[in-house]
Amino acid sequence: MERIGDVTNEMELYFDSHSSNEAFARVTVAAFMTQLNPTVEEVSDVKTAVSEAVTNAIIHGYENTLHKVHIRAWIQGKSLFLEVADKGVGIPDVKKAMEPLFTTKPEMERSGMGFSFMEAFMDELEVESEPGKGTTVKMRKEIGRGRELWTTQSL
Amino acid sequence: MKYQVQENCLTIFLPEDVDHHNAEEIKREADRLIDREHIRYIIFDFADTGFMDSSGIGVIMGRYKKVYMMGGEVWAVHTNERMRKILTMSGVMKIMQIYEEDK
Repeated sequence: MERIGDVTNEMELYFDSHSSNEAFARVTVAAFMTQLNPTVEEVSDVKTAVSEAVTNAIIHGYENTLHKVHIRAWIQGKSLFLEVADKGVGIPDVKKAMEPLFTTKPEMERSGMGFSFMEAFMDELEVESEPGKGTTVKMRKEIGRGRELWTTQSL
Repeated sequence: MKYQVQENCLTIFLPEDVDHHNAEEIKREADRLIDREHIRYIIFDFADTGFMDSSGIGVIMGRYKKVYMMGGEVWAVHTNERMRKILTMSGVMKIMQIYEEDK
């Protein structure tokens, strides 16, 4: 993952894998990223990506049993970096899991679009997983990229 | 969550956030009404909704599967720009129509 600039701020969250904490997680990350002066759309993109990763940890990683989800977020240069980690069952075939519409839980009516959404809304996505050990989803998004262009044009 | 049944049409007034946490309740209640009231048409009303992730797409696809066999349809109303982006990206527009009212 591309890392340019100094790390200027960092935060970590540990929380129980209750589905009600999905909203808590995305709102907290959204609040953290405001220092990058993001657009409304950039905040929405990050909230969606966080929600997808945390939901995956809760229903796939921990299979709805109660454990801790760990989020680390930091700001480096103009980018927001995120790591969402669980110590759950892990993913046997990450490549397969990342295919659009692939789901191991069709009975739960999962759309199979979680990773597709994360990929679409963030600039970079990496998934590290080991069966029996857990999964870490790493994401990066550059904030404020479109805005400079727009300002230049308006001048 | 609010639901309204008019003949064989069910309107689901979606909450502010449609995520995995809320999706479970929407599915449960909607399916109960679809079966009991013989629903064929489902309208998802996004008037209050500002956030939706792929769990919401799962809700729409699942309800579509339930009514599609009986020739039913699913519609979306009061979608903001963000919701239209999510719906378009997911490909769910192939099975659902968006009703755009005149402004």
